[in-house]
Amino acid sequence: MADRILEVKDLRTRFHIAEGTVYAVNGISFHLEDGETIAIVGESGCGKSVTMLSILRLLPIPPAEITSGQALYLGRDLFRLSEREMEQIRGKEIAMVFQDPMTSLNPVLTIGRQIGETLRVHLGLDKEAIHQRAIGLLDQVGIPDPAHRLNDYPHQFSGGQRQRAMIAMALACLPSILIADEPTTALDVTIQAQIVELIQRLKEQLSMAVIWITHDLGVVAEMAERVLVMYAGFIVEEARVDELYEDPRHPYTMALLAALPRIDRRRDKHLRSIPGAPPNLLVAPKGCPFAPRCELAFDRCWDEMPPLFQLGPDRRAACWVDVTTGKPF
Amino acid sequence: MVDTTAPHPTSGIAGLRPDELETPPLSLGQLTWRRFRQHKMAIFGSITLLLIILYAFGGMLVFSEAESNAVETGARLQAPTRQHPFGTDTIGRDILARTIYGGQISILIGLTAMLVELIIGVTVGAVAGYFGGKLDSLLMRFTEAVLVIPQIFLLLVMAKYFAQSIPNVRFLGRTFSGSVLVIIFVIGLTTWPYLARIVRAQFLSVKENDYILAARAVGTPTWEIIVRHILPNSIAPIIVSATLSVAAAITLEAYISFLGLGVRPPTATWGNMLEGAYNYVESAWWLWFFPGLLIALTVLSINFLGDGLRDAIDPHSRAV
Amino acid sequence: MTRYILRRLLQAIPLLFVISLVLFILMQNMGDPLATMGGRKVTRSEDRIRLARQLGLDKPVIVQYLYWLVGNDWTKTDLDGDGVAETAGVRKGVLRGDWGVSLVNRKPVTQVIGERLPNTLLLMLTAEAIIILFALLIGIYSALHQYSSMDNALTAVTFFFYSMPVFFFALLAMYIFAVNFRKWGLPYLPTVGMFEPAAGKTSAQVIWHMVLPVATLSFGFIAGYSRYIRSTMLEAMGQDYIRTARAKGLPQPEVVYVHALKNASLPIVTIIALDLPFLLGGAIVTERIFGWPGMGRLFLDHVSRSDTPVVMGILMMIAFAVIIFQILADVTYAWLDPRIRYT
Repeated sequence: MADRILEVKDLRTRFHIAEGTVYAVNGISFHLEDGETIAIVGESGCGKSVTMLSILRLLPIPPAEITSGQALYLGRDLFRLSEREMEQIRGKEIAMVFQDPMTSLNPVLTIGRQIGETLRVHLGLDKEAIHQRAIGLLDQVGIPDPAHRLNDYPHQFSGGQRQRAMIAMALACLPSILIADEPTTALDVTIQAQIVELIQRLKEQLSMAVIWITHDLGVVAEMAERVLVMYAGFIVEEARVDELYEDPRHPYTMALLAALPRIDRRRDKHLRSIPGAPPNLLVAPKGCPFAPRCELAFDRCWDEMPPLFQLGPDRRAACWVDVTTGKPF
Repeated sequence: MVDTTAPHPTSGIAGLRPDELETPPLSLGQLTWRRFRQHKMAIFGSITLLLIILYAFGGMLVFSEAESNAVETGARLQAPTRQHPFGTDTIGRDILARTIYGGQISILIGLTAMLVELIIGVTVGAVAGYFGGKLDSLLMRFTEAVLVIPQIFLLLVMAKYFAQSIPNVRFLGRTFSGSVLVIIFVIGLTTWPYLARIVRAQFLSVKENDYILAARAVGTPTWEIIVRHILPNSIAPIIVSATLSVAAAITLEAYISFLGLGVRPPTATWGNMLEGAYNYVESAWWLWFFPGLLIALTVLSINFLGDGLRDAIDPHSRAV
Repeated sequence: MTRYILRRLLQAIPLLFVISLVLFILMQNMGDPLATMGGRKVTRSEDRIRLARQLGLDKPVIVQYLYWLVGNDWTKTDLDGDGVAETAGVRKGVLRGDWGVSLVNRKPVTQVIGERLPNTLLLMLTAEAIIILFALLIGIYSALHQYSSMDNALTAVTFFFYSMPVFFFALLAMYIFAVNFRKWGLPYLPTVGMFEPAAGKTSAQVIWHMVLPVATLSFGFIAGYSRYIRSTMLEAMGQDYIRTARAKGLPQPEVVYVHALKNASLPIVTIIALDLPFLLGGAIVTERIFGWPGMGRLFLDHVSRSDTPVVMGILMMIAFAVIIFQILADVTYAWLDPRIRYT
């Protein structure tokens, strides 16, 4: 078994706002192996981004509160490190790429400067070395004429190029883990494909582990090895990618897959959607959060949150019902 | 579907009614009021302002206007005593009574000057912003020209020009020096450019929205587009600006009066009570302290109120 | 960029002409300069008429404006009152650098203004430096410690000072630091003039005398600007690129002072540039209260005596400064913000 490079145990994060407390992450546990690519899938607001931001401790702590949990990176609990120690891990060992490259890049600093920052701070390179490395990085991510482009500002790049620049920034110090938070959501479909392919290629070149956050099941199928499905701050299913698509074991996953438009389906059928709406996170979770929208729910579902049952190696689902039979276990 | 034979739970997610399952939406008014309520300083400012207004206008019940203008040369420049809680001024008038009546004038001047500024500023800004092109250029040059001329100079010139000519005014059974009207117009005429620029900027950006295009496409007349579509969507910074300009107007009135060119006695304003008071810094602090403090408190409350309004109505805007 | 600057300057010229005309006409309404020329006594009517003729004040307004603008050395004036114009004029007009002579003391306008200008500049530039320094300190601190008790206290205090009329602050400051300090035997701050006549105009004297006026000029602006900087800093700190910067493991000072501040300071630069010329003419109340021999007092004194040449000199200087600073503000903003490019 490969080394577990990241191990998250029972992470719970809440936000304290005027209207009350938002229960954003409610007991997440998962692991990441060295060199592995996993995807975290779920609708907007299910807590996937918050989970990652919690791990990297990038959440503003007055409204946010990490009430429990551990995040073990190579055995060290990230939640017990000092801010300075965290600064040395961020950008150097664990890097993150964000969703919207226009707002995630500083508009008044050149791309060259923004790429060079991690090289300067983490690796202590001098100006000349930084310059050369930055050119190399821009080239690696596929931006033409890198030497001149270093002096350009973010608004002078196209959307796809900005995202490539962000990826270059993230990879500058050769991190062990790359967290990509919906990196293609804001881009055109064709660019999307290019970015996915780019990350795949770089991942192989640098033997990185990748956590890919998305709500797009199509992307997941292309590049993840293992998939975690999240809903309302819980992980509801975990499986290897092919098993997930062929044999989902959680009603939510099934509904998601059923909702995907398919070329090979008959055209006179309506597109299937999931009735109802995502739950109100201001209420403390009790019972399964998917129950109101679930076809297979019965009374136990409303009272008690099902734990993640181990249904096979690398196979877990949090449901009281055996979806293969439609009856409770 | 959900198994309806089981008794419906009453707590947790399951206990929520369907409409509670989603986060409840709030109306725009409710949201605004809620944000305003959270702004402690704005509440403090509102209460203080209310108290001051009560003081200035309710004080009429305690002191008559004649009392505030009653000259008692024998009792001039007295320090605060029981009989004259705020002391007396250089010709023996009771300062407490004068701050009450002076307050009425100062506040009135602030409000009406703001109205003048509002009418001119919104009109110019709206026309410039909506029609654009040459009209916009022309109006903006004009606005800039007014801004380039130092406000103090304009104030001095206008104050001097109009001061002699306007007689006393009778309003609501009381007589005011005509200079009150002069000051109101002078302040309004020199401050409208600031508002005009804000309104124009708002119109320029709101104009680009698709719903304006839709309104034009169905043939809505221009004035109706301006008044019923653009204006309501631009109202936020206008309200905030108007609130703050009341404070600015009160301050301006105090400045001009301090320089001796404001409202003529015996009509009292907080500003003209400070005229020449720096000669008495050492000897008669009560001359300038009370009116000055009242001006500061009023302006402070209005500023707090305006800040709270800004956060409540337009949370994405920048301060200043 | 150079083309843009040139274009703005060219556009400014007609504006300046129009403004000078408007101001000139407005000045005519300020009153009669001849009324107090004889000193304390009101001048006799025959003296008035003679003076009017000598000073060219008997001509129609538009002619007076013309002479002001281009001089009268190309025409003859009638100095001896016989109805025949025989003496050549000596004025060259503003366009050739001759700003005329004060109606009050017959000294050249450039000299009159030149005597006072350095005093005001001294006050203003010192005040501006202090304003920027403290506004940045307070604003950034407040933004970084949002909602802490210190921030709330600072917010209340800055609001209070921002709302206080300048002369109230001046009087209060005078009362506490000058009057009462003296009463209590503490070293007190002087309140009048630039230096004690007895001690002479030394640097120490001037600095000591500058304390109260500079404080008075600064406090309102410090309060206002620090609120603004706090607000822009908060907005910058909430942006996604700050999250990116922190995700890269950059140390906090770099995140705040490079990534955030560079964005937050853009608008404040514009505001400073636009406010500066008004400090020039402004300070009127402060100079009046503290007896500082600067342009503000000069302006008041000469306006009340309807001294058109001097007042026009001051006003045109301010108008010119305002326009230049507006251009400067736009140019600086474009220079600082790479997203803006003027053609």
